[in-house]
Amino acid sequence: MASNTPTLLVEDLKTYFYTKAGVAKAVDGVSFSVAKGEVLGLVGESGSGKTVTGFSIIGLVDPPGKVAGGRILFNGEDITGASEERMRRLRGSRIAMIFQDPMMTLNPVLRIDTQMIEAVQAHDKVDRKTAFERSRDALGQVGIPSPEERLKAYPHQFSGGMRQRVAIAIALLHKPDLIIADEPTTALDVTIQGQILYEVQKLCRERGMSLIWITHDLAVVAGLADAICVMYAGRIVETGAIAQVIDQPLHPYTHGLIGSVPSHNRRGQPLAQIPGMAPSLLNMPQGCAFHPRCPRADAKCLEIPGVTTPRQPDHRVRCFHPHAGAAA
Amino acid sequence: MSVYIIRRLLQAVLVVAAMSVLVFAGVFMIGDPADILISDDADQAERQRLIESLGLDLPVHMQYLRFLAKALQGDLGTSFVFNEPALLLILDRMPATLELAFSALLLAVVFGIPLGMWAGLKPDSLASKSIMAGSILGFSLPTFWVGIMIIMIFAVMLGWLPSGGRGTTRELFGIDVSFLTVDGLLHLVLPAVNLALLKISLAVRLTRAGTREVIHQDYVKFARAKGLHPRRIVLVHVLKNILIPVITVLGLEFGSLIAFSVVTETVFAWPGMGKLIIDSINQLDRPVVVAYLMITVCMFIVINLIVDLLYSLLDPRVRLQDVKG
Ligand SMILES: Nc1ncnc2c1ncn2[C@@H]1O[C@H](COP(=O)(O)OP(=O)(O)OP(=O)(O)O)[C@@H](O)[C@H]1O
Ligand code: SF4
Ligand SMILES: [Mg+2]
Repeated sequence: MASNTPTLLVEDLKTYFYTKAGVAKAVDGVSFSVAKGEVLGLVGESGSGKTVTGFSIIGLVDPPGKVAGGRILFNGEDITGASEERMRRLRGSRIAMIFQDPMMTLNPVLRIDTQMIEAVQAHDKVDRKTAFERSRDALGQVGIPSPEERLKAYPHQFSGGMRQRVAIAIALLHKPDLIIADEPTTALDVTIQGQILYEVQKLCRERGMSLIWITHDLAVVAGLADAICVMYAGRIVETGAIAQVIDQPLHPYTHGLIGSVPSHNRRGQPLAQIPGMAPSLLNMPQGCAFHPRCPRADAKCLEIPGVTTPRQPDHRVRCFHPHAGAAA
Repeated sequence: MSVYIIRRLLQAVLVVAAMSVLVFAGVFMIGDPADILISDDADQAERQRLIESLGLDLPVHMQYLRFLAKALQGDLGTSFVFNEPALLLILDRMPATLELAFSALLLAVVFGIPLGMWAGLKPDSLASKSIMAGSILGFSLPTFWVGIMIIMIFAVMLGWLPSGGRGTTRELFGIDVSFLTVDGLLHLVLPAVNLALLKISLAVRLTRAGTREVIHQDYVKFARAKGLHPRRIVLVHVLKNILIPVITVLGLEFGSLIAFSVVTETVFAWPGMGKLIIDSINQLDRPVVVAYLMITVCMFIVINLIVDLLYSLLDPRVRLQDVKG
């Protein structure tokens, strides 16, 4: 395989939910790529389609949802229409996912060792003892003290932060090529957030793994990611290298997001909020989905803007009137 | 854990004591046993002597204490009809009832849980809809009517299975059981199915509801994200979670299985406690009725205790609380 093949290439991905009330286009034409060893931040408000994007990649979109179009290439292989068995072999082994809520991720009635050993044995034909040792080492690596004893415990005997470490250890068991981390720290308190963020980043860098870090908090990815995708209502509205997007945002929505991060705000002033609410997927505004909340909107915005690169070729935006001028 | 068991046993003693008051009041205070026990031609002195010997001249609380003292020695009175200790009569019939109830419970587990899981995993399939329709029938048709119907069909019309009695029994640990002989097993089938029908329906519904809930939990999705085989997800991750409530409820229902066996035993002439109690009520054989009620209370308590212990074994989250408590 050529070394310049990206770990993940997503092209025009469409994931729709066919509900009784209508078709919810949770992901509607999303394209991005993640190079080997790259960390991509996927940012957007609640309901913008980040989690659905992640589940689409590992093939775990549940009915009434369905991948309705587009292609997903993983290490060059088109996995969009792959068989369930092929996807099972990839999941946990080559592509791992860490979920949003650590309290719900582990099965409450199974011991940690059971849940880790089965994950090892799902992909490698090794005996229980080897699987146990690998699980123990993996727990040690994510900073769980006395892992041998802790393996015998049940999830309820762990704190939220410790459970998320277990989930991370499980994700790392097979040294996957790609980890999708779906806001793994949102449910945790701030100090634990920082630790886990640091550790995941370190482990990924050490092993050359690609990482998609999903969050609604721009400040979190600013110090972590190489590149960033900003999602709004199922579409990527801006994407580029981290410095480009943070320092010189093009899209009015990204501008708003940056304005609402405390560190970018002048002391003593109230935080800038993006006025209005995210649109309902079943009742999308005509044209640019952001126009009801956009300070730059005009009549032109009643059509759907295409992708343009007004400043640099790899800094893409979907907007008729991007901030092409000075930085925010 | 042992502290927990001791506490539960103390609670059990209190419940039995309270029930004994109720049973005593309910059965011994209604009507005068002397009227039944003493023949009309007995003279006044003889009558007086009998009343004194039975303690019927004592105040109520003294009568109760006498009853209690005797009960503690294992004497729950002597059957008027059989002229045998009531307790022995019932213990004699108990294995037949327990065998029937256990068979029914086994059927409920063996058929109810897999069918319920299927219905929960594939809710839109034709098979699942048939299973659910069947469980509604199982719930709504009265046990005695179903019993008569299956006797009509399988015993009378088709002649496949016997319709009454226990058949040939064989001794197991000093107790006569039917299931060890072919003839006994054949006799067991129809009454066990009849008694089980309601519980199978219950198990199907509980399991289906549990499955529907559990398969949408994050931990099942995470198990899939780990790349586990679907079979392992269903048989370990899903099943282990739904077994906890299903086993608990079915265990608690075991008591009602014994109570409902009254109907089935009557329809199938199954010589168990249920048939005995119906006969005893008809013949106003009070000591047997009292003994039956007391034994049933004790059985309910024991069942509840066992189910609680089982529950704490199955659910790790409960165990921890017990250690603390
Ligand atoms: N099971 C479902 N049925 C119908 N619609 C769904 C379903 N799951 C998701 N959606 C739709 O997809 C949209 C995107 O959901 P998603 O979970 O991807 O958002 P998110 O960006 O991860 O938000 P959050 O930050 O709250 O996690 C939701 O607004 C919802 O309308
Ligand atoms: S296209 Fe128009 S409405 Fe949409 S973000 Fe750009 S300026 Fe605002
Ligand atoms: Mg989400």
